[in-house]
Amino acid sequence: MAASDRTVLQFGPSSAVTSNITAKVHPLVIFNISDCYVRRPDQAERVIGTLLGSVLPDGTVDIRNSYVVPHNEFSDQVALDIEYHHTMLKSHLKVNPQEVIVGWFSTGLGVTGGSALIHEFYCREVPNPVHLTVDTGFRNGEGTVKAYVSVNLSLGDRQLAAQFQEIPLDLRMIEAERVGFDILKSTSVDKLPSDLEGMEVLMERLLTLINDIYKYVDDTVEGHAVPDNSVGRILSETVASLPKLSPPAFDKLVNDSLQDQLLLLYLSSITRTQLSLAEKLNTAAQMP
Amino acid sequence: MANTMARSFLQVAAAEEVAPPLRVVQIEGLVMLKIIKHCKEFSPALVTGQLLGLDVGSVLEVTNCFPFPIQEEDEEIEADGANYQLEMMRCLREVNVDNNTVGWYQSTMLGCFQTAELIETFLNYQENIRRCVCIIYDPSRSNQGALAFKALKLSDSFMDLYRSNNFTGEKLREKNLSWVDIFEEIPVKVSNSALISAFMTELEPDTPVTQRDYDRLQLSSSPFLERNMEFLIECMDDLSVEQQKFQFYYRSLTRQQAQQQSWLQKRRDENKARKAAGEEPLPEEDPSNPIFKPIPEPPRLESFLIANRIANYCNQINGCRHCCHYNYYYCCYLLPLLLLLLVVLATIRCYCSFCHCFCCWLLLILLLPLSIVGGGGGGGGDGEDDDDDDDDYYYYYYYYYCSY
Repeated sequence: MAASDRTVLQFGPSSAVTSNITAKVHPLVIFNISDCYVRRPDQAERVIGTLLGSVLPDGTVDIRNSYVVPHNEFSDQVALDIEYHHTMLKSHLKVNPQEVIVGWFSTGLGVTGGSALIHEFYCREVPNPVHLTVDTGFRNGEGTVKAYVSVNLSLGDRQLAAQFQEIPLDLRMIEAERVGFDILKSTSVDKLPSDLEGMEVLMERLLTLINDIYKYVDDTVEGHAVPDNSVGRILSETVASLPKLSPPAFDKLVNDSLQDQLLLLYLSSITRTQLSLAEKLNTAAQMP
Repeated sequence: MANTMARSFLQVAAAEEVAPPLRVVQIEGLVMLKIIKHCKEFSPALVTGQLLGLDVGSVLEVTNCFPFPIQEEDEEIEADGANYQLEMMRCLREVNVDNNTVGWYQSTMLGCFQTAELIETFLNYQENIRRCVCIIYDPSRSNQGALAFKALKLSDSFMDLYRSNNFTGEKLREKNLSWVDIFEEIPVKVSNSALISAFMTELEPDTPVTQRDYDRLQLSSSPFLERNMEFLIECMDDLSVEQQKFQFYYRSLTRQQAQQQSWLQKRRDENKARKAAGEEPLPEEDPSNPIFKPIPEPPRLESFLIANRIANYCNQINGCRHCCHYNYYYCCYLLPLLLLLLVVLATIRCYCSFCHCFCCWLLLILLLPLSIVGGGGGGGGDGEDDDDDDDDYYYYYYYYYCSY
């Protein structure tokens, strides 16, 4: 457009801030957004809401919580319930004052015109809001979760537009792993797994892993598989990290700790017996 | 008029609704994640929050929750707390979240949640809601790899007894209520919407080994065991204090009765003398005499709660040794036998003020098989749930030994 002018339209990350931002999303946020989407009113096509979290010292935006904000969208107008947004923010801050606004989310693939207006609103609340889109429609055949920041396109002194630029998103689900993916993935789990069952599953998984590694090493040695130096190095490091103990010393170590634990077990079983005894004698004691 | 036909409207309305017993609590994955996040963030402080959901037949569905802010112990902040709750519920209703309170959740530290305050809170909730449940989450145990979620509710028999203030030894014996009957644990089911399960399937990382597995495979369980033992010892101290109160009560009761008997005897002699002298006999009762004043029985609730806590700690210690060898039990036959006999004798001497020799022998005979399996009983404690209502643990161990 202004090719003959001396000013040039700047594309790409111009400010240092934009180039360093990454976002990290906790699984609770995805759960929350999905739940809100499922509960949305009939006429709404998408849901939007606020993202809460904090900015870590290295510049990463840590998105930890979210809440949905009712809104109405017409052809080119957007109405957001600002009072609701402020009320919920206050309530959330009462519980956890460290979680502040870091951006906003919306469902649906891509960024629409209305989003720009909403983004403007959030820019007034927080300096550089992150915009998260969660594609609940699975339009690409997969659930894409993308994060954007907006970069102002300016031509000299004139503000032309705001461009949404994608930033890298870290979707590591450590908390979800802690709960267990099998619990969170299926639509209904009949019983929370007990300790023993979890241990069993874990042992099986470990065995499979070890078998895989065994097979890989065998194949590599025989020449069937392409040797990968880094993998080999990692394997040798792992094996070398086992402490070197002579078998009798190792036996003694294991047996000693086992005996300690067994003693504790006896103690707790005896305590339990004592408890039921005391109970019986307590209530059974009668005055003549 | 065939009464198999439709009943009149009045009859249906008048028929009492019998609530089906609560069988299962269905939690959404979202609620679990929220609870875990809240409890972990503030650990080791204990936090609480409200559960929202629906009460459907024999299933209690928990669909959402919100945390309570940590309140200082200040009277004027109570109104703030109520305001916060109302605001949250109102806001959540606007976005179509179930606005129905079904209980509350709280975090605990290594399982010492059985307190009188819990019972009070339960009773408060029960006044307004027909069915409420309390979810207990233990972040310290979850660090070991287990998912320590528990849904509790007070058993009905306990509630009736407690409400009518009939918590005395007589009534407890009548209803056969012991400390295992106070809390009832309800099985927990997890459900997720199809959308979120699609997302999770999509976003699951490729590694077959997860963070939870790393937590579980940690070999250093000794700090956990140490803390458990510490709490167990403290609880035993509390229990012995309670037992001493009972001992004191029984002793004073005996003494009072002896005094009453002697006074009665004196009165009767006096009356005989008076009859011989031709005078009016004196009444055989004298309510104004202090030896006739009934001594109040010490409350039993605290000792029951302590017993619950101790059982919990013992179960935790047992459960955390789930990979222990069963081969070692035979090497410790004598030790549990001796310890057990000592414990039994000590107990008996404390409580039985009558025929204790006879009881000694009886109990010894009963417990001899128990002590032999005491060594093997250790392995039998694994995986046992807290609230098996075997009021006779020794039978359980006996079965285990026989089946082994």
